[in-house]
Amino acid sequence: MTNSRMVDAALALHRFGLGPTGSSLKAISADPRGALLAELDRSNAASVPAANLPNSSQAARALFDFRAERAAKEKMAQRERKAAEAQRMAQGMASDDNAMAARDNPPAAAAPPANAPIELPRQLFLNEAKVRIDAATGAEIGFVERLVWFWSNHFCISAEKIVSMVGPYEREAIRPNVLGRFGDMLLAVESHPAMIFYLDNIESIGPNSIAGLNLDKGINENLAREILELHTLGVRAGYTQTDVTRFAKVLTGWTWLPLRGNPDHGGEFVFNKRMHEPGEQIVLGKSYPDIGLEQGRAVLDDLARHPATAKHIAAKLARHFVSDEPPQPLVDRLEATFTETGGDLKEVAKALVKSPEAWAPERRKLKRPSEWVASGLRLTSIRPPLGRILQAQAQLGEPLWRPPAPNGFPEDEMAWADGVARRLDVANEFARLLPDESDPLAILDTAIGPLASNETRRAVARAESRQQAFALLLMSPEFLRR
Amino acid sequence: MHLSSRRELLLGSGALFAWACLPKLARAEGRDPRLLTIILRGALDGLATVAPVGDPDWVALRGDHALLLDGKTPALKLDSFFALHPAMRNLHRLFGAKQALVVHAAASPYRERSHFDGQDVLESGIERPGAAASGWLNRAFAALAPGGRAAARTGGGLGVGPVMPLVIRGTAPVLTWSPTRVLPASDDTMARLLDLYQHTDPALARALDGGARTAQIARTDGMDKPILGPQPVGLDQIRAYFTEAAGTAARFLARDDGPRVGALALDGWDTHFNEGIANGRLSQLLGALDGAIGAIEKNLASAWKDTVVVLVTEFGRTAKINGTEGTDHGTATVALMFGGALDGGRVIADWPGLKTANLFEGRDLAPTTDLRAVLKGVLRDHLRVDTAALSNTVFPGSADVKPIDGLLTS
Repeated sequence: MTNSRMVDAALALHRFGLGPTGSSLKAISADPRGALLAELDRSNAASVPAANLPNSSQAARALFDFRAERAAKEKMAQRERKAAEAQRMAQGMASDDNAMAARDNPPAAAAPPANAPIELPRQLFLNEAKVRIDAATGAEIGFVERLVWFWSNHFCISAEKIVSMVGPYEREAIRPNVLGRFGDMLLAVESHPAMIFYLDNIESIGPNSIAGLNLDKGINENLAREILELHTLGVRAGYTQTDVTRFAKVLTGWTWLPLRGNPDHGGEFVFNKRMHEPGEQIVLGKSYPDIGLEQGRAVLDDLARHPATAKHIAAKLARHFVSDEPPQPLVDRLEATFTETGGDLKEVAKALVKSPEAWAPERRKLKRPSEWVASGLRLTSIRPPLGRILQAQAQLGEPLWRPPAPNGFPEDEMAWADGVARRLDVANEFARLLPDESDPLAILDTAIGPLASNETRRAVARAESRQQAFALLLMSPEFLRR
Repeated sequence: MHLSSRRELLLGSGALFAWACLPKLARAEGRDPRLLTIILRGALDGLATVAPVGDPDWVALRGDHALLLDGKTPALKLDSFFALHPAMRNLHRLFGAKQALVVHAAASPYRERSHFDGQDVLESGIERPGAAASGWLNRAFAALAPGGRAAARTGGGLGVGPVMPLVIRGTAPVLTWSPTRVLPASDDTMARLLDLYQHTDPALARALDGGARTAQIARTDGMDKPILGPQPVGLDQIRAYFTEAAGTAARFLARDDGPRVGALALDGWDTHFNEGIANGRLSQLLGALDGAIGAIEKNLASAWKDTVVVLVTEFGRTAKINGTEGTDHGTATVALMFGGALDGGRVIADWPGLKTANLFEGRDLAPTTDLRAVLKGVLRDHLRVDTAALSNTVFPGSADVKPIDGLLTS
C-alpha cells in the first residue's frame, strides 16, 4: 500500500465523509475515490429507516393535539381552583386578604418530577435526532450523509419555529433528492409545509385574490426573497425588489391545510387558489401566465436552471468541502457539471470527488461541531446518551436543526475557530468514558494514521492517562480539520 | 448495577447487595473492614509530597524547589527525616493521630516510563502491561468468596467514575457511581494542546488561547475580582470533583449494607512544566487531595475505625527538576495510607539516598519497597485475603514479595 493511497483514504474519510471507523481507513485504501463514488451509487443511499416515525403533517397534528389537550387541562384546573375558592369564601374560611392573594398569585405550576416522561415535542425531536445520528455513526464513509447535512443546511428551517417538522422535513424533502436533480429538491423544499411555515408563506395572500379582497390582506415576501437570495441565485445576483415582489405574488396560495378543524387532516401542503394573486407575473424578465400552482413551479424550474444558481451552488459546495477560497478550476468544473447535467446532484458530487484540487493535502477547514462530534463517536464504541450528544453540539454553537437564521450555519472557517476552546471541554468529557483497556495509539492509527504529525503522535503517547490521550487525539489538528 | 445519583444512595432503603464476597474471617474477629483505593494518575512527585528533609543531599538535589521545615512555605514535620507537603494538613493531623502512614521509595514492578503501561501494571497487579482485563482489588475481593465463587447474583465492590478503574474490574460484581459534576479539561491538558498547536497549527493555537482566556474571564464572578488571577483554570471544579468523588465513595463504604472495597482515580499529576511545588499547581492539587481526605474521614463516620484508604500512583518523577521547572517520568515515589484501622504515624522507607550514584539509572529515586508488599500486607491483615491467593491470583508470580507486617492495628 503506497503512503499516498493511505493519505487519500484518510482525506476521503475526513474531508468528504464523517471520519474513520475502526476499519474504514484500510477498507477503502485500495481505491479511496472509488469508494466515495460507490457510496453515491448505492441504492437508497440517502434514506434512513423511518417506518416508525410520523410524517410532517402527522407530527404537526400530534403536537397540536398535545398542546390543545394541555391547554384544556390547565383550563379545567383553573376552573376547579375558582370553584374551591368560591366555596371557601362562602364558608368564610378565608380572610379577604388571603382570598386576594390567592387570586393574584395562583399557585406556581409544580416542577415536573425528576422521572417525568419526556414530553411529546421533545420526544418527537429525539426520535428524529436518533435516526440522524445513527445514520452518521453507521455510515461506511458518510459522504452521502455529509451531502444530506450540506443540503439540509442550505435549505434550512428551524426547530425554534417548527419543532414538529424539522426531522420529517429532512427525510421528505432533502434525503430523496440529495442524489437527484437540484430542481426536484428545490420544488420539494419550497412546497414543503415546513418551509412554507418557516418562511411565513402560509399567510401570504394575493391582494387581488378573493381572500385578499375580502380580508383586505396582502403578500409576505419572505419566502420569495430567501429562495432568490439563499436557495438559488445567491445574493446580489441581479434580481431586483420588483422581482421579489412579483415572485411573492406568484407564490401566494402556497400554504398548508390548517391544523385546527379536521383532526385527521391538517399540516399538508395545499395550493389555495382563493389566496392566489390572479394574473400574469414577470419575474427576472420572463412572463409567467397565471396557471395556478404551475405558475410557481415554472418560476422555480427556471431558477433551478439559472446560470447564477449553478455558480452559487458550485462555489458553496467547494467552500464547504475544500476551502473558504476554493481553487477556481474546481468551482468552474462543478458549475459546468451542474449546468451540463441539468442540476444532477449526484454528477456534481462525483465531479467534486474526481477533481484533483479537492484532494490537496492542505486541510484548511475545521470540521463543523456536528461533524466533529460524529467523527468522534465513530472512532470507538463509546456512546454517551443522545441528550448529551445533542447538548454538546449546541454548546459548540451548532444546535441540531436550529440555525440562527434562514441562511443556516456559516460555512467559513473563522466562524468556528472561536469555539475550539469549548471543544476541548467536550473532548475531555467524552474521553472520560474511554475504557482503561483502550490503546490510544491504536485509536490514533485508526483515526488519523497516515496524516498524523510526529508532534501529535508524541503528545498522545506522552499523555498522563488514556483519557487525556484520547482527548488530545480528538483535539489534534489532524482530527479537527477536514 | 449503576447508581445514577447520590439520592439513591442516601435515600434508598434496603440492602444494596445480597453479599456474595464478605470479609468473613475479619468479621469473625468482630471487624467490618473497608478498603478504598485511590489511583493518582499521571505519576505523583513523591519527593515533593513527602520531602526527605533529613537527607544531606536533598537541598543540593532540588535547590529552590526543595521543601524544607524552615522554608518560605514550611513543610509539616513527620519524623526526624521526612516532612509532608504543607498543603496536606488533614493528612498531617491524621499522621499525628497515628492514623496515617507513608511508604517511601516504593514502586510497582514496572520499570519503563509510559503512563498507560505503568497504570496497567499498577492496577492489574500483573507485571506485564496490557495483560489483564481485571484488577488486583477485584481479584482480592473475589478471593474472599468461598471456593472462589465470587460472581454471585449481586454485590461486590464500588467503582467511582464514568469508567470503572481497571483496579476494581473483574469477575466480582462492582457497583458503579459517577459524580454528577463534570470535570473541565485541566490546565495541563490545555497546556499540552497549546504546545501541540504552536508546533503544528498556529491558527488553532491562537483560537485556543483566545477562547481559553474568554472562558477564564467568564468564570470570574465580578469585575472587582482580578480577571486573570494566578489561580489555574478550573481549580475550584477540581477541588469540588475530588471531594465529591472521594466523599461519596466514603458514604457508600460507610453504609451497613454498602460495598466494602472501592476504587477511584484522580488525574492531573503529570507535572512536566511549572510543577508549582511550593504554591503552584501541584500544591493546589495536593490541597484538593487533602480536602478529599477530609471528606472521606468525615463521611465514613463510625466506619472510620474499620477503614484503610491507600493512595497509589503508577510511578514517580525524576529526582531533579527539569529545564521547564517541572519533573519528568521517574520510578519510585510515595504510597500514602490513612484510616482508623491503620497503625500509623510512621514513614516506612528503606531510604536509598539521593546521591547521583544512588539514583535509579542516575535520575530517579530508586525503588526499595515493592508496592505489592504494601498492598499484600493490607489485603492480608485488613481483609484477611489468603496469602496463597495473594501470591497466585491477586498479584500473580509475586511469591517472593513478602507482605509487610504490622500495618494494621491489631
